[in-house]
Amino acid sequence: MEKMIDQQKLEETAKQIRRDIIAMLTEAGSGHPGGSLSATEIVTYLYFAEMQVDPQNPSWSDRDRFVLSKGHAAPVLYAALAGRGFFPREELLTIRKINRPLQGHPDMKKVPGVDMSTGSLGQGISAAVGMGLAGKLDKKAYRVFALLGDGEIEEGQVWEAAMAAAHYKLDNLIAFLDHNGLQIDGPVTEVMSPEPIEDKFRAFGWQVERVNGHSFTEIAAAVEAAKRVQDKPALIIADTVKGKGVSFMENQLGWHGNAPSKEQAEKALAELA
Amino acid sequence: MMKMEKMATREGYGKALVKLGAEQQNIVVLDADLAKSTKSYEFCKHYPERFFNMGIAEQNLMGAAAGLAASGKIVFASTFAIFATGRAFEQIRNSIAYPKLNVKIAASHAGLTVGEDGASHQAIVDISIMRSLPNMTVIAPADGVEAEKAVCAAAQYEGPVYLRLGRSAVPVIYGEEHEFTIGKASQLREGHDATIFACGIMVAESLQAAEELAGEGLAVRVINMATIKPLDQEAVLRAARETGAIVTAEEHSVIGGLGSAVAEVLVENAPIPMERVGVRDTFGESGKPQALLEKYGLTAKEIKEAVYRVIERKNK
Repeated sequence: MEKMIDQQKLEETAKQIRRDIIAMLTEAGSGHPGGSLSATEIVTYLYFAEMQVDPQNPSWSDRDRFVLSKGHAAPVLYAALAGRGFFPREELLTIRKINRPLQGHPDMKKVPGVDMSTGSLGQGISAAVGMGLAGKLDKKAYRVFALLGDGEIEEGQVWEAAMAAAHYKLDNLIAFLDHNGLQIDGPVTEVMSPEPIEDKFRAFGWQVERVNGHSFTEIAAAVEAAKRVQDKPALIIADTVKGKGVSFMENQLGWHGNAPSKEQAEKALAELA
Repeated sequence: MMKMEKMATREGYGKALVKLGAEQQNIVVLDADLAKSTKSYEFCKHYPERFFNMGIAEQNLMGAAAGLAASGKIVFASTFAIFATGRAFEQIRNSIAYPKLNVKIAASHAGLTVGEDGASHQAIVDISIMRSLPNMTVIAPADGVEAEKAVCAAAQYEGPVYLRLGRSAVPVIYGEEHEFTIGKASQLREGHDATIFACGIMVAESLQAAEELAGEGLAVRVINMATIKPLDQEAVLRAARETGAIVTAEEHSVIGGLGSAVAEVLVENAPIPMERVGVRDTFGESGKPQALLEKYGLTAKEIKEAVYRVIERKNK
């Protein structure tokens, strides 16, 4: 069954989130644009078309959870949370500043709506497994969504978590893999290839879907399919473009962890108008 | 004389878990393929639905514990101390201590008394590692009775706790009436010539040393410092004031453990002569627990020698 989505509205929201990402990082003077922009449709879809959350009650025990295992993409998460009303939009421009809550990597104790503190790669997916176990134990209907990077899965802990998720039949766990193909030192396949990713996760006992990570209709279909899976966790490999939406950042290694200058930001915002 | 009954602190852990499991439905226990050794299996026998074996995967053990705690569970995560604090250190740091999640790291087989398994399995810097983490409470119970009580206290406390448990049976010091409070030292013997602060299995050795010293005309105070963090500073300063000489004793490196914690308090507040008994910055080896304690200087004999040294310095 196909899920009805308001594609135009989601695309507008994604564009706003991309503008927020650029504005935040420019103001901060540091941070990670590439992997935030590549994950924008995934995070937008989850927060604006899928997850049951309550901005007035961020710790609602029946809420769906989201763990940003690739914690350096914090800007995209913050922009989505502000967009959903978890905290005022003005707060976004204080990211990475002293005495403010929006840390360089997400801090669950400081930011309403952040379900897990992350930043050290490979750790978030384990926490998501724990949340999935808790959901099963409490017979709750909530789902746990996680977002991994493709470079991130070079961490051994990811495979420990993958093994456990399948062992405990966590069909309440749906992980996205932001497959943008680049990590800090170069293309993922050159630095330390995790391919073939699909085969590996399938061999670990996961249901695997593959989508264009910038297509809301494909993401929606994959999430619906993942929700129907029983007795195993699901992975949605989202093929994405690092730096997506800003022409001079797309597929460029240098934009993993560098903030745009004021001039570059103006150019980027013009493209995202 | 001390009762000769013996029990390993890990046995106290298993007993406490069974009790807690009946009282609190939100207690969950995780292990990493060592459940029968750490004694978390006692919980598994009674409450299998709330026990998760995570396999030989300590990083995921700690991360999953964090996720369960973030979902409202009181989580006990067990493995050997060497793997908990070594292999999974950064998971404890970033996924448990930093977000101050309600995970109790119950680490057994700490110290040299793992014995025959050898240096690779002997955690002798675990207190040092855990003590340096913000938000972390560190407890090393002296006997099986205290271990049981410490586990219950940890369950009531909201936040991360490191519980240091041992493999070998140790003399039972406390009766059931013992009251354990996190952060509070427990004085076992009064004295004015010097004070011995000890934790874990070295508490019994300290009591024996004090007994022998009494026969040699010295009155030595013995304090069980089961909570290494937060340290009972008042007990340290009172001992400094009233006895003027302090010896620490721990089944751990002299670097960063109880001795260091006590020294930090003294040097900033009341510098007095102090001696540390512990592993002298070296790895252990295979051997019977008692033989290892003797070879690496962790017996009543070394404690006595340290007391004589410290009193001589005090009297200079």
